[in-house]
Amino acid sequence: MNRPVAPDALVHYVASEKLADLKPPASVLPSLPVALFRTYFGTPGTAVITVVCLAILAWTLPPFLSWAFVNATWIGTAAQCREAGGACWAFISEKFWFSVFGLYPFEQRWRPATVLVIFAVMVALSTQRLFWRRELIYAWLAVLAVMWGLMGGSVLGIPIPGLAPVATQLWGGWLVTIFLSVFGLAMAYPIGIILALGRRSKRPIVRALSVAWIEFIRGVPLISLLFIATFIVPLFMPQGVEIDRLIRAQIAFILFAAAYMAEVFRGGLQAIPKGQFEGAESLGLNYAQTMRFIVLPQALKITIPAQVNTFIGLFKDTTLVLIIGIFDFFTTLRSALGDSAWLGFATEAYLYAAFVYFVACYTMSRYSQRLETDLSPERVR
Amino acid sequence: MSTIETPPAAKTAFWNDPVKRGLALQSILVVFVLVVVWAAWNNMSANMVARGLIFGWDYLGRPANFAIGEGLIPFAPTDSYGRALFVGLLNTLRIAVVGIILATLLGVALGVMRLSSNPLLARLVSGYVEVVRNTPLLLQLFLWYAIINALPGPRQALPLGPGMFLSNRGLKVPWVEWSPALWPVIWALVAGIVGAFIAARALQRRREATGDAPPTLPIAAALIIGLPFLTLAAQGFPATLSVPVLQGFNFTGGIELSPEFVALLLGLVLYTAAFIAEIVRGGIVSVYKGQWEAARALGLPAPRIMRLVILPQALRVIIPPLTSQYLNLTKNSSLAVAIGYPELVHVSNTTMNQTGRAVEVILVFALVYLTISLLTSGFMNWYNGRVAIRER
Repeated sequence: MNRPVAPDALVHYVASEKLADLKPPASVLPSLPVALFRTYFGTPGTAVITVVCLAILAWTLPPFLSWAFVNATWIGTAAQCREAGGACWAFISEKFWFSVFGLYPFEQRWRPATVLVIFAVMVALSTQRLFWRRELIYAWLAVLAVMWGLMGGSVLGIPIPGLAPVATQLWGGWLVTIFLSVFGLAMAYPIGIILALGRRSKRPIVRALSVAWIEFIRGVPLISLLFIATFIVPLFMPQGVEIDRLIRAQIAFILFAAAYMAEVFRGGLQAIPKGQFEGAESLGLNYAQTMRFIVLPQALKITIPAQVNTFIGLFKDTTLVLIIGIFDFFTTLRSALGDSAWLGFATEAYLYAAFVYFVACYTMSRYSQRLETDLSPERVR
Repeated sequence: MSTIETPPAAKTAFWNDPVKRGLALQSILVVFVLVVVWAAWNNMSANMVARGLIFGWDYLGRPANFAIGEGLIPFAPTDSYGRALFVGLLNTLRIAVVGIILATLLGVALGVMRLSSNPLLARLVSGYVEVVRNTPLLLQLFLWYAIINALPGPRQALPLGPGMFLSNRGLKVPWVEWSPALWPVIWALVAGIVGAFIAARALQRRREATGDAPPTLPIAAALIIGLPFLTLAAQGFPATLSVPVLQGFNFTGGIELSPEFVALLLGLVLYTAAFIAEIVRGGIVSVYKGQWEAARALGLPAPRIMRLVILPQALRVIIPPLTSQYLNLTKNSSLAVAIGYPELVHVSNTTMNQTGRAVEVILVFALVYLTISLLTSGFMNWYNGRVAIRER
């Protein structure tokens, strides 16, 4: 069939004459004021959000700023503080060194000060990937022993000549917080690896014990472990044997940290493809060699950001030793609140503590985010 | 003709036989653990004898001789230690349940706000989240407690909303005055929840069979809210709402939430919400951009894109870490011991100080927390299995 088709019906969608020129499109990038206006007031919803946010800021910021800075007393006495009516930062400047060193004997303060300097140098070195080599681990172990020896005046019960012994009851402030978290991490690391490997072991008893351990620790609050360390562990010891209270808390903290680190490592182990294990087996490597040379290096590396995050959590959790009366930074600061000459400046003390913890944790978390991009598989060969 | 002689299998030394080696290693481990436990138990018995204590649970039945500030069931100092611990457990559950609900609502809101296209809002929320996540919870609790204690007394209480007043005595909120006529309403609520659950399953089955989309959510909501409401209406609204009113130096009416409870709740909710916000944000961001574009290409309006396409996929990412946040909140409620809200650990601590029975008391509360943790993670694993991708 060959029906004739009207030509105009066939091409009805084709324009028969030239259309008028369109205006050229507006510049793709609007000018800055226009862009700002669109971002903050572009739609009614956005405008409402902006206004509400500004209102909240206008309501909270000026009183806070005038309290914290304008009317604040930076140097002076409690009486001057009360007169000025603002924040009493003079209290913090008065108690600053106490919050660093605690009750450590005054004439011996050079020892914790040296420890802080060594520690700061080691941390600075450790953040540089240039120094990420085996020697760094040995250096840390040596430094931890030196730190401990310098603080207490003895290493493993052997007194160091020339250093007066200082009982751990007198340790306090930043030093105890640093010891709890850094020793906690250093010891928890190997135990965590063992627990993580145990949890993935083919041997049922090893696996059951690891799972029971990890799940028990993660299932109860840290306070119960600290209570166990404080009240029950002394009962478990043979009569006459006493372990120092700080060390008991430290051990509880290590075991706690180990369970959480173990779960981080387990995540890393699970992420290693099966081919890696098979490849190792085809090379004739045994279990220990497979883990040591093939699996763990990869598993530990991919979990570094998670490790830092866990460490931040542990660092914050060191404050819980307050409940069993160990003088870490926060407890020391709170004990300063009881000074009868400086009553009523709790808010300032808490804000100072919050500032210190925030700076430490935020720095670590930014560092971990940087590591995450630096260590991502696309960038690391 | 010679046959190939197979050499007699060399006898493998037992340390080279993986099976025997495994057995030996595990036996050593078992013996080691048993010896440690036995030694600890032995020492403990000797130490307890030396202190005139005998391991046992008889203390649970003895009168506690201390008062508990608040609780869901009445408690008098003449009641037993067992009941005291139970009151503490109920207080733990109270703070945990209320805290989890509020932290979820606030956390989801903050997580969505952090993704707002308005940079002012996004920055403010992210500043809040960073500050809260990077300071210790214990410190925040003390700060809230100090702030509440520094508030003016009831006469100058801060009005927070209709019938809600915050002062240094705590928070006053309106509350339904209890009457026996409310029992049927409670049963109606239970029936409504069960009915909604059954209806949802039936509708789900119908949807899978026929492909229609029956309005599950409105039907469920109607059942859960409607049934109690109808029961209430049928009885002619017997319940009266008791609203706090200032009378003299204090409020009458309503219920009072103690300063400790308010500080703990505030601290736990604000802290946990910051973590939940990050989880929610991460979950939404994790949904591939193409899903938004495809849903828009299908012509779905934005709210339905969120509800039907994005959220179901984001939930898979959100739920496992959310579970651990719920557990963290429950475990963190034990920090109340520092500010004096009488929950399980606080009551245990008092009991321990009075009876000297450290082992038995710590064992009780550790096991309670362990049970709560295992039950919650069991439930959440079950739920997670339901929302997981079903490969067909």
